[in-house]
Amino acid sequence: MKTRETPRPNLLRPLWSVLPRLSVSRLPDLLMFSAALALFYGTVVVGKTWLGPFTPSVEISRSPFALPIYAGYSLLRITVAYVLSLLFALVYGYIAAYNSRAEKFMIPLLDVLQSIPVLSFLPGVMLAMVALFPGRQLGVEAGAILLIFTGQVWNMAFSFYASLKSIPREMREAAKIYGFSKWQRFVQMELPYGTIGLVWNSMMSVAGGWFFLMACEMFVLGERDFRLPGLGSYLQTAASAGDTSSLLWGLATMIAVIVLLDQVVWRPVIAWAEKFKFEQVESADAPESWFLNWVRHSRGLRRIQKKVVRPVGESVMAHFARQHARVAPPARSKPVVVWTGRLLGATVLLLVMYAVVRVVGMISTLRIMELRELGWGLIATFLRVNLALMIGAAWTIPAGVAIGLSPRLARIAQPLAQIAASVPATALFPVVLLLLIRIGGGLGMGSIVLLLLGTQWYILFNVIAGAIAIPSDLKEAASIFGIDGWIRWRKLILPGIFPYLVTGLVTASGGAWNASIVAEYFHFKGHIYFTPGLGSTISHATDSGNSQLLLAATILMAAAVVTVNRLVWRRMYALAESRYKMEG
Amino acid sequence: MTDPIIQARAVEKFYVQPGGKQIEVIAPIDLDVAGGQIIALLGPSGCGKSTLLRILSGLSQPSSGSVLWHGKPLAQQQPSAAIVFQSFALFPWLTVLENVEAPLEAHGMGAVERRKRALKAVDTVGLDGFETAYPKELSGGMKQRVGFARALAVEPEVLFMDEPFSALDVLTAESLRNELLELWLSKKMSSSAIFLVTHNIEEAVLLADRVIVLGKNPARVRADFQVDIPQWRDRKAARFVEYVDYVYRVMTEPEADHVPPGSVATTIPTIKATRQKYQMLPHARVGGITGLLELLADRGDREDIYRLSDQLVMDVEDLLPILEGCVLLGFATLKEGDVETTPDGKRFAEADIQDRKNLFREAALKHVVILLQIDNILHAKSDHSIPEEFFHDILDDHFSEDEVERQFSTAMNWGRYAEIFDYDPETHRLLLAEHLDGNSHPAAARP
Repeated sequence: MKTRETPRPNLLRPLWSVLPRLSVSRLPDLLMFSAALALFYGTVVVGKTWLGPFTPSVEISRSPFALPIYAGYSLLRITVAYVLSLLFALVYGYIAAYNSRAEKFMIPLLDVLQSIPVLSFLPGVMLAMVALFPGRQLGVEAGAILLIFTGQVWNMAFSFYASLKSIPREMREAAKIYGFSKWQRFVQMELPYGTIGLVWNSMMSVAGGWFFLMACEMFVLGERDFRLPGLGSYLQTAASAGDTSSLLWGLATMIAVIVLLDQVVWRPVIAWAEKFKFEQVESADAPESWFLNWVRHSRGLRRIQKKVVRPVGESVMAHFARQHARVAPPARSKPVVVWTGRLLGATVLLLVMYAVVRVVGMISTLRIMELRELGWGLIATFLRVNLALMIGAAWTIPAGVAIGLSPRLARIAQPLAQIAASVPATALFPVVLLLLIRIGGGLGMGSIVLLLLGTQWYILFNVIAGAIAIPSDLKEAASIFGIDGWIRWRKLILPGIFPYLVTGLVTASGGAWNASIVAEYFHFKGHIYFTPGLGSTISHATDSGNSQLLLAATILMAAAVVTVNRLVWRRMYALAESRYKMEG
Repeated sequence: MTDPIIQARAVEKFYVQPGGKQIEVIAPIDLDVAGGQIIALLGPSGCGKSTLLRILSGLSQPSSGSVLWHGKPLAQQQPSAAIVFQSFALFPWLTVLENVEAPLEAHGMGAVERRKRALKAVDTVGLDGFETAYPKELSGGMKQRVGFARALAVEPEVLFMDEPFSALDVLTAESLRNELLELWLSKKMSSSAIFLVTHNIEEAVLLADRVIVLGKNPARVRADFQVDIPQWRDRKAARFVEYVDYVYRVMTEPEADHVPPGSVATTIPTIKATRQKYQMLPHARVGGITGLLELLADRGDREDIYRLSDQLVMDVEDLLPILEGCVLLGFATLKEGDVETTPDGKRFAEADIQDRKNLFREAALKHVVILLQIDNILHAKSDHSIPEEFFHDILDDHFSEDEVERQFSTAMNWGRYAEIFDYDPETHRLLLAEHLDGNSHPAAARP
């Protein structure tokens, strides 16, 4: 079956594609030069604030003119976290794929790490980082970055691991028989093979990164009020002050940044990654990007490529080739290496055991009251998450099917939905909260709206993709035999979209649990709004510095996510794979 | 003969099952590869010929025995070998030229020298003009040319080829074969030997100076002979047909001794299996068996196998399992390169759909061990059902993992057609089929 990628918005293209004709090849160069200048300026400004003294509560300006700078700071955090994630993902995936002993625990570990609610790390990470860089703004920044990192790295690592594992046997053999060094194998085979998966997972990860960033740019920890200058803190400040015009400016900037990122980063990258597609014949409609075409036309960049990049790459390759030739082919690992490995493994095991003992010790000090709170919280959040999923599915299934089955509707609705989806739900939380307070609804219902905001899009896009993927001969067969109405839904459409629906629901479910931490408990205009639930327990424990409760609640939530995954979603997946997969 | 380049001494490959039982894939084989020759390794599919190629080239290690290149074990050297793969194994993100250059880069060759060598190789295989193309822009034949160029550029002493033409259409394959032979005969390539793995008998006899035929389960050398016809060879010449016929006989009747044409041939005495093996099902589907028997009925119940494969435009690779299936079920016999229908087979070919099922069931329960076992168990058990894993457990003791899958799928296909059992995909269990009427059964088995 062909996997279909959801088409991406195409709004700006007609306008911009006129521009390159104005000046043949100087414009790209000029653009690149200005970009370099801007980068330099940015580094200086950022260096000054980050290394500057620690100011726990920066005054966040509500002026629209401050927005470019704030957007820049937010972008920078995302970028740094993303680069770290990418490096980590490559290393993790590589080790897991090639070390069969490490693989046995690294892959199940990924599954668990993916389910841990990242936001509950926030206080611990922040305090540790602030302690690590005493008196410097860098500490808080590093905390935020680390947090985004933990939110986005795991699926990328898994994607790279899975790619490495699926490299065709004969291609591996070709690399081996022709004597590729490890480096050459990496840059000419493994990395290119993993690129497509990494690109799509990177897009998902960065979208998730925005979600967390918005939440952690401004938060309260006991009496300490941490604020990072950025879009998230701007939106929260504006909402707190009830300043509608600032709020709109902030949202507009948010959308602009995301559309810009799409045009200048993701589309070019997707178009560029096309050549790494492992296919035997060229696909008819390859994705294109005006920006990539521009960059390719820049003479300066081409010169750098020719004079610097290529010679350096060449000499690195030659270095590894010489090294590879010197090593006798099947060299057995030396006892020293083996023993170091064992020692390392034993140390890690001991540390883990120590941590487990400590955790158990901490949790055992919990009071009955708190345990009861955890139990009820789990039930409340469980119900809330699933109610949100059900409401999401209830409107997205008919809407998604309608869009997917009608190409005309898809052309209009899909770009709009994509923009709506790309706005991180946490950025909207203050806005929604403001509305809720005005109309007088409590957070009990309100938190479901908040959860829905973050998760419904996953379901919608997957349903659309599923509806598009229903083969037209099946649709025709249904029409010919007069299969209509409810029977048509039951026999054709629901089974057809089932695998996609499951994929969407899995992602949505995980996201909703995580989002409950920020959706059930909110600092707003000096008040605390909350509704009982596991998420609010985590937030409250964070606030009051109750680390035992925080730890217990976090473990409970991770366990809940893993259990639901194992018991429900994995089975649904298996069913989708075996029964409802469209095969030729 | 001069000193051989490669000497394989008692190389053997086996897998150890979790239970500790060894499944032998390649029986101990001695083999020399001498210079100045094209050697073809022939054998039915899944017999381990590709594994043997990988062992000789140093890609994988034998479970026991040793491979020497110029008298030195492989562990102490990087052999001068290149492989042309069936799937081409090109890097789709590199251009034609970059693909050819990659192995040279691995040898640490400088950019200028590398470019020169690669361009020459690209030129040799007739790809000039396509240097900057990406593989996905090329047709299958052109892709395999890139594979050739990549192999030629490293100037290997032995050029290994693993079914290099079998992913190509008939015409492209033929023209590439001719070009390869042209390069070889005119000494435009520097390799001193070509080692070709194929399942195509004519291809082997057409190209090779020496042909080695492997038997399967486990692989052992069935025949090893020189093809004593000067190049270029004519497929229609009587002597050519004689060689092809001989190979057909060796492959279709493994238990009999055959004498190769020509006097200089080395004959290998047939080694009879020492212990009784579990019956191995040929990977034939019911549809194939039915079709062949119908065809034979039209042809007067007897036909030459070589002519049959020629007329059906089918490789032995595909035809052989079907023939073996017919023989196993007692529907046909093989004799001296001919296939002949038995009275049972004749009755089967003439029967209608429902009778065919009955005849097939009778034959299957008489001749097919695993189906008989399952039938007995299903009747003996009170709930008339057994889990699918039971199947695997029986087979696991006798076959490698992949083979178990194939045996399973064939047995399922036969058993469900014969209505010996039914299969419930919900519970993964085999159930006793109720013979109420034909409609209650799924029309076709799952693929």
